[in-house]
Amino acid sequence: MDHPVGLQIRGGVKVYPGTRALKSVDFDLRMGAVNVLVGENGAGKSTMMKVIAGVEQLTEGRILMNGQEVQFRGTEDARRHGIGIVFQELNLFPNMTVAENIFIGREITRGGVDIDMAAQRAETRRLMQRLEHDIDPDTLVGELRVGQQQIIEIAKSLAQDARILILDEPTSALSAAEVDILFRVIAELKRDGVGIVYISHRLEELIRIGDYITVLRDGAITGARSMEGVDVPWIVRNMIGEASKDFAKEVDHPYGDEIFRAEDVCLPRAGGGLAVDHVSLSLRAGEIVGIYGLMGAGRSEFLECVIGRHAHATGRMFIAGAPLTDRSIAGRIARGIALIPEDRKNDGLIQLATIRENMTLSSLGLFTRFFHMDLGAERRSVADFVKRLTVKIASMENPVSSLSGGNQQKVVIGKALMTGPKVLLMDEPSRGIDIGAKAEVFRTMRQLAAQGLGILFVTSDLEEVMALSDRIIVMSEGRITGEFDRSVATDTAVVAASAPGQARPEQELVA
Amino acid sequence: MSHAVAHPPVTGASPNLGLLLLKARTFIALILVFAFFAVAAPNFLSAANMVIMSKHVALNAFLAIGMTFVIISGGIDLSVGSIVGLCGMVAGWLVLYGIDFGLGWSIQFNTFEICVLVCLVGIAVGVVNAILITRLNVAPFIATLGTLYICRGAAMLASDGRTFPNLGGNPEYGSDTFRLIGAGSFLGLPISIWMLIAVAALAAYISRRTPLGRYIYAVGGNERGAALSGVKVNRIKLFVYMFSGFCAALVGLIVSSQLVASHPATGETFELNAIAAAVLGGTSMSGGRGRIGGTIVGAFVIGVLSDGLVMMGVSAFWQTVIKGLVIVAAVVVDQAQQKLQARVALQAQAALGK
Repeated sequence: MDHPVGLQIRGGVKVYPGTRALKSVDFDLRMGAVNVLVGENGAGKSTMMKVIAGVEQLTEGRILMNGQEVQFRGTEDARRHGIGIVFQELNLFPNMTVAENIFIGREITRGGVDIDMAAQRAETRRLMQRLEHDIDPDTLVGELRVGQQQIIEIAKSLAQDARILILDEPTSALSAAEVDILFRVIAELKRDGVGIVYISHRLEELIRIGDYITVLRDGAITGARSMEGVDVPWIVRNMIGEASKDFAKEVDHPYGDEIFRAEDVCLPRAGGGLAVDHVSLSLRAGEIVGIYGLMGAGRSEFLECVIGRHAHATGRMFIAGAPLTDRSIAGRIARGIALIPEDRKNDGLIQLATIRENMTLSSLGLFTRFFHMDLGAERRSVADFVKRLTVKIASMENPVSSLSGGNQQKVVIGKALMTGPKVLLMDEPSRGIDIGAKAEVFRTMRQLAAQGLGILFVTSDLEEVMALSDRIIVMSEGRITGEFDRSVATDTAVVAASAPGQARPEQELVA
Repeated sequence: MSHAVAHPPVTGASPNLGLLLLKARTFIALILVFAFFAVAAPNFLSAANMVIMSKHVALNAFLAIGMTFVIISGGIDLSVGSIVGLCGMVAGWLVLYGIDFGLGWSIQFNTFEICVLVCLVGIAVGVVNAILITRLNVAPFIATLGTLYICRGAAMLASDGRTFPNLGGNPEYGSDTFRLIGAGSFLGLPISIWMLIAVAALAAYISRRTPLGRYIYAVGGNERGAALSGVKVNRIKLFVYMFSGFCAALVGLIVSSQLVASHPATGETFELNAIAAAVLGGTSMSGGRGRIGGTIVGAFVIGVLSDGLVMMGVSAFWQTVIKGLVIVAAVVVDQAQQKLQARVALQAQAALGK
């Protein structure tokens, strides 16, 4: 198989004020193939892709396309050369419809003025079919789940007929079935000769889909070769320069008594039906229960019901046997429930505020007498948690937005832990963070469980749910469709239970 | 503007110095404006002028303090000017007539009771604003625009648009001290300035050292995130609009006492001056950012500028143009500060070697 090189970077250096994000990299992008890019957060993957997409300009070095030097002064230049990019952080307009989002900036018009909505809708419907997603073109993007929004982002760049398509962690919010769909689309694009750059932290996924691999560490390329013969240890060695850190279970500890129970939790869906359909489960102290399921299976919604975000949710909940009647979020936090939300940027953090202010937001009562806050005590407490969670910060007075994804996640975890919870709800705790940080987050989860917390976490990552959970609960279409002890759970059984369409008959059998 | 935070150790002095200058820009602007008029306007530095000017500034500063909290929480309160008018009329009515139930007798109040009642009226309007915004989901701009008209109309109705004159009060009822709110002084400073100092200190304390203050910033910075962290968002909003109404009521009291009369049109466009002072002091209109100290300096810049221009005999039309230019310039510089600040923080983070 021969894949022509479509784009090259030669001696690429990118200097940001204070750091060298790229140190003289040479990168070949091959057409009709998947060029996989891997490295820890901050290794320079995103920077390199931003350079190719025209978002950033190289400080030194050249970009060549088909042997000719090109200069991208902006994304518009890059787009003219047929380069499309799906960013890790979604760039969508929540107040506009799916069709409007897909055609933003290049609307189909009649005479350059009047937008041809019908044509846009038809084209959107075609794209959705290709991506095997049943999303109406007139739905507002803000009403979609994060994973569905990611699909829209992908559709947006498909619509541009890009010759080079950069996907920056496209699967971080997708479930196994959706990943399969995406991979089929990628295979199709490859056949059409499109050069694909694929960035992900999911190593197995990279090996499965990649044709060429480039590993980055600290702004330098530490390995570049064809994917043949590459295995996970090889990637990890090049990425972090040491043997694989796996996040397997450490010591077994006995579980305590039941700490949380939910009975018949229901949440009506906006368009009719139930987003969470009579979910009942229980959790013991020291136990980690993983909830696995496809996007839209009602997993996140269930956690949101538990924390009290949805006023119209029904059902009964108990903390250590005592009924949980308080409906407000503040009341539930006070009773020992804490949520680490899926969407860090919009739900987890106040971007303008400092690291300190973010961390203590849920637990200011600890530092307050009557109404007076003891800022010294607050600072000491934050410093303590920063150390315990090994958050890398220059100063706790810096805005939280200056941190990398993994460190931001640790701040959110710190905020939840400061409330002294008995039950920790974690929605996709490893979304968009690098493998090192991920391992640390998982280790923290283990430690917390050993200290007697009950942890309920939601994930779309099969490997993660298998490795971390003491017990696995599978959800599909709002219902619980399977429950497995760690010792008996198998990949196939879990995946089979998560497939939609089988929930109803099974329920009928039981009834 | 002085508040103590441990600044990150940053390499390279120039961005730090630039940042410091930018942070103190409103203060520097105040000094420059002050120095300019001290030279250009005769009698500008006289003690009498200082007292008059500070009284003018105080009125706007009260409103701007309340406005700052509202804007930090992500809202806006357009009704404050009308609350000033309404509260002035309520104060005038109470001084002149007391409360008459039409039973042949009436209840009269002393000065303190009048002040309490007037403040309650201002707070009540704030409660209405908050209910409209939190329970009925009306956008703050529209909700407070509505109460702006309602309060102004109510003020007009109170006297059929006429002025309540001669609010001298009655020694028998203990309301003859009403005039002192505007005219009295203590230790050489007018009472209204003492009140401003008290309110400003209270507001600054709330914003820096109480959970309430922290929550106001959090709600403005990310309402969803704050709610998920257990912040009672609706209560926080209730507080900021109540506080803003309270500040406006104080201004209504002071103005009617100073003039010994209350006119229903008092306070028209005051809300715009209050917003200008808050913005000039570095408050972000999108919420989550701002400081009481900055707002007060902002109010002084606007006040000194307009009084100084009057003393120099600059035409009122030019005064308006100059005020507008200053506000626009302030926001432009604010953007530059935000950029620089973000860069310095990123550099410090990058210096960690990751």
